Amino acid sequence: MKEMLNIALPKGRLGEKVYAMFEQAGFPCPSIKENNRKLIFENQEAGVRYFWVKPSDVAIYVERGAADIGVAGKDILLEYRPQVYELLDLDIGKCRMAVAAPAGFRDDPNRTLRVATKFSRIARDYYAGQGRDIDIIHLNGSIEIAPILGLSDVIVDIVETGTTLKENNLEVTETVVPISARLIANKASFKFKNEPIEKILQQMAVLTER
Amino acid sequence: MNGYGCTLKKEEQAVFALRGLYEQYGYAPYKMSKFEEYDLYVRNKEFLISDGVITFTDTDGKLMALKPDVTLSIIKNSRDEAGCVQRVYYNENVYRVSEDAHCFKEILQTGVECMGDIDDCTLYEVLRLAAESLRRIHPKAVLDISHLGVLEDLLAPLALSAEGQAAVYRCVGEKNAHELQAVCDTYGIPDPTADTLRRLVGLYGPPAAVLPRLADLLGETPAVAQLRRLTDAFAGSAWAEMLRIDFSVVAAGRYYNGIVFKGFVAGSPDSVLSGGQYDKLMRRMGRRGKAVGFAVYLDRLGRDQEAAGYDVDALLLYKDGCDLAALMAAADTLRQEGTLILQKEIPQKLTYRRLYAFEDGEVRPL
Repeated sequence: MKEMLNIALPKGRLGEKVYAMFEQAGFPCPSIKENNRKLIFENQEAGVRYFWVKPSDVAIYVERGAADIGVAGKDILLEYRPQVYELLDLDIGKCRMAVAAPAGFRDDPNRTLRVATKFSRIARDYYAGQGRDIDIIHLNGSIEIAPILGLSDVIVDIVETGTTLKENNLEVTETVVPISARLIANKASFKFKNEPIEKILQQMAVLTER
Repeated sequence: MNGYGCTLKKEEQAVFALRGLYEQYGYAPYKMSKFEEYDLYVRNKEFLISDGVITFTDTDGKLMALKPDVTLSIIKNSRDEAGCVQRVYYNENVYRVSEDAHCFKEILQTGVECMGDIDDCTLYEVLRLAAESLRRIHPKAVLDISHLGVLEDLLAPLALSAEGQAAVYRCVGEKNAHELQAVCDTYGIPDPTADTLRRLVGLYGPPAAVLPRLADLLGETPAVAQLRRLTDAFAGSAWAEMLRIDFSVVAAGRYYNGIVFKGFVAGSPDSVLSGGQYDKLMRRMGRRGKAVGFAVYLDRLGRDQEAAGYDVDALLLYKDGCDLAALMAAADTLRQEGTLILQKEIPQKLTYRRLYAFEDGEVRPL
């Protein structure tokens, strides 16, 4: 029986775009398009098994070898630093990690800056690079309301169009790092399933260059 | 495995197999205490895999540590002897923060260290031992080999900052060619070097396929020549198929030099063996000799071992007042087929493959 390549896809719109790329690259799995609640799909002929997982969990599946390869956002890779190979920038799911503050916010460098974020490590590293003393307030959602309610001075979060910020009277003050989707591989899988992984890498590289 | 295979856990089987291998090559067992002065680790922090060290104050007020590493203690107790190589192996528990669990763990580690007049012959022997260690652990294994001299030669003329160098090493370690370009732009690495670095990241495969491409890229530098000499020596051997050249093997810290390598076995998601040449650490610890060695991380094995699915092979039920000698004789006979437990009633949570009853001096299957 053909050895299957396990691919973790992030659930949602990004995952659908990513699957389309895999399909174009020659690794289709038609059953994935069926309208049902299944999470695992395979195409024995193409030697691939796809599964949908929460976007922030893709890196864990790949790091632990449950998936051989997967697609994860750079934000997740920076925050959790999984021990994986980061093979390709897919140039999709583009956005940026940014610092945002209430319009007209004046940063007083003599005071500890209170930063609300879901991405504590990224925020800590960013301000450490500037030698800035900060107080991290880790939140799991609705980060935008933290400065409005006086919980924090600024937020560090993913900004795509900026609409949510605008509607909450916030504005981007600094860009921390640009974000996009990355093709990642488990280190051992890269050795033992090198041929199909290299093939996918090459095909995906061609697609991203178009 | 000499009749013990079914009883020993995966890591115990590995220790058993590897100890025989290392002794066959003349490596002496190295036994050490569980504690070391904390100061040793503070001075050589960059050599350690994880930052965390468990410390305690001894009765004389000295700050001690539960060993997070074995190599530093072996070097500390080594002696310089011109023209000779000291060969040791160890099976030790170390205490450090697990990369998976993010908390302190007791980790069983085995490995070899060679110190002294290290030449290509010793390097080849250690690489061979590493390859054979992997093969004894799992029939499907890969040994990735790299040479730090290749990257050092490329970066030396650039006089990069420590930060810049770390960024380059990180990208190479992640096989992250796209970000490597950005790092090169940030730190002003000239385009020809940046291009060579990116190509280097893409090189992976058996030595016969990679070395010609490497020579085209860099020329026959001393590092490339040494890689070729060492991998050529494997030609036609049982280990040749296991070898891969991979420059993403970039040992952390500034204590390694020359050949570095990592081993992978099917079923374990990360490397189970890691090693290399560490002459710089020897210098730092006041030794004149060179050194090379590797560690096998036994805690990373065993996940692919099939779980038995039951607690005992057989459960034999008996009643009060039965003939004890006959009961024990019957139990001993059944034990020849596997594990057996005696009970008067079936325990609620016990799982078993076969159930027997001892009645009227006879064993009856139920």
